[in-house]
Amino acid sequence: MEEIRLMKGNEVIAEAAVRCGCDGYFGYPITPQSEILETLTMMRPWETTGMVVVQAESEVAAINMAYGGASCGKRVMVSSSSPGISLMCEGLSYLAGAELPCLVVNVSRGGPGLGTIQPSQADYFQAVKGGGHGDYHLIVLAPGSVQEMYDFVSWGFDLAFRYRNPVMILSDGVIGQMMEKVVLSAPKPRWSDEQIAEMWGSWAVTGKPASRTRNIVTSVELDPLRQERFNHKLTDKYRTICEREARCEMVGCDDADYVIVAYGSSARISQKVVELAAEDGLKVGLLRPITLYPFPEREIERLSHRVKGFLSVEMSMGQMIEDVKLASRCRVPVYHFGRTGGVIHTPTEVYEALKSNFLQK
Amino acid sequence: MAAREVARTPENKVYSKPRLLTDAVMHFCPGCSHGTIHKLIAEVIDEMGMEHEAIGISPVGCGVLAYDYIDIDWVEAAHGRAAAVGTAIKRLNPSKLVFTYQGDGDLAAIGTGETIHACNRGENITIIYINNAIYGMTGGQMAPTTLLGQRTATTPQGRDAAQHGYPFKVGDMLAQLDGVCYVTRQSVHTPASVRRAKKALRKAFENSMQQKGLSFVEFVSTCSSGWKMTPVEANRWLAEHMLPVYPLGDIKG
Repeated sequence: MEEIRLMKGNEVIAEAAVRCGCDGYFGYPITPQSEILETLTMMRPWETTGMVVVQAESEVAAINMAYGGASCGKRVMVSSSSPGISLMCEGLSYLAGAELPCLVVNVSRGGPGLGTIQPSQADYFQAVKGGGHGDYHLIVLAPGSVQEMYDFVSWGFDLAFRYRNPVMILSDGVIGQMMEKVVLSAPKPRWSDEQIAEMWGSWAVTGKPASRTRNIVTSVELDPLRQERFNHKLTDKYRTICEREARCEMVGCDDADYVIVAYGSSARISQKVVELAAEDGLKVGLLRPITLYPFPEREIERLSHRVKGFLSVEMSMGQMIEDVKLASRCRVPVYHFGRTGGVIHTPTEVYEALKSNFLQK
Repeated sequence: MAAREVARTPENKVYSKPRLLTDAVMHFCPGCSHGTIHKLIAEVIDEMGMEHEAIGISPVGCGVLAYDYIDIDWVEAAHGRAAAVGTAIKRLNPSKLVFTYQGDGDLAAIGTGETIHACNRGENITIIYINNAIYGMTGGQMAPTTLLGQRTATTPQGRDAAQHGYPFKVGDMLAQLDGVCYVTRQSVHTPASVRRAKKALRKAFENSMQQKGLSFVEFVSTCSSGWKMTPVEANRWLAEHMLPVYPLGDIKG
């Protein structure tokens, strides 16, 4: 049954995994997301749903455990934070190359290097442009609240299996650590072996039954022409994903002169900026990408015909701004504002940046 | 004397290709141990009646295409990560026979961490470890297991302990871990050693199915191409040079 609780973003990821029938979680402690593994070990789902929880010896091991679980058609999840996600990038490339479904949660922090443990959005390029090697993409979801942290786990698994592709929830230390009211959905059971065989029997490694030939999960190809053909197939898949799955939320964009583009916690901060601007009689809208890959290009392209400019607000030195420029075809000025390294911008700072870029030039 | 015709009947048949070996032409070089070890795996799985329960994890290295040759479900892992992949497969499918197949570069160099920790957790899987003291697929470079003085593409003057350290005796190290129930070192360079190796493999697989912990079966193996020897010379070199450093027999269990 549905339930309402006050919970931390990280705790909610664990709760959502158990409630949506996740089969396995593999993690390694790293701030600011360790509560995910801690909450799961408090919940002891192996005694209730049978979900497996393993504390791995490294992020490298964790993502490869996920690769193993995903190979069996199981719903598997890993979580980490920025430096740990860097270590997982090899595995992400293999998951994409082997067309395996997997949910990856990045509660990101300041970088580069070991960086800081405070919130950051500087992993945008890594998440949406690759991170690992080769011609692949992750599907990237950007929750803007604790409720969305919960909802996107189930949505992420759906997308991962629909497209047989790893999905990343790109969150940050603000959303991971803050507490909000969250509506928890009724628990769904894990898939039975029979259901897995029926749904994913064409590729999942389950022990070869007499009824089919052997399944092989691999990303190796010795013939470059066949690899090229496969990469075209992957790209066709990504094209379909871009056509069907891009999501964004738009606030006050219909008659806006200027539009802030911001995701996750930066979008939360920018909501306040829209209010501050309205008090001054300025028409400022907010476009919040909910999916970062696919990027909501169509909406930005449409707005670019009539707004006077975009401000990309991100807790980074400016990464998503490149996609805003591409989507808007640079028809109007696109500026970036953001604090970085673990510093969170205030609404006032963002508003001042908006005014200085667009009104005082 | 005229050649005597012998009718082929089930009664006089003394040998056949294992049922679970496919008809794919193996890519292994003449004199390489991989083919014989593949054959043993196929035979043991069939004899245990585990064809429908077995899940193999192939490595990066010459063993990468094991899935083309043994007719069971397979996962091909990233370089060195097979033990982590196997951990999750077995935890999520406790009734399956899960084994990894890894060379000495894959397991004893890049995959050392995953190997040690899967062993230490006592995962109920079998690790099959092919130790031929060299990187085969990439063209004969030094492996952690390369013997002192052995010439390879990256030790053209021979392995020097001062610069490269010592031959890595992985099995002896893993035998110290509580999660490991069985460590054995076998070879397939003589008919007698093939028979002993097959028994060891069966024991390891049975341990895995009886949830006794991790079983580790090392095969001291030949790489005639990497060693730049004929198959016969490679078998002789294995006996004379490899076995004194890597003596055969059970190390634990």
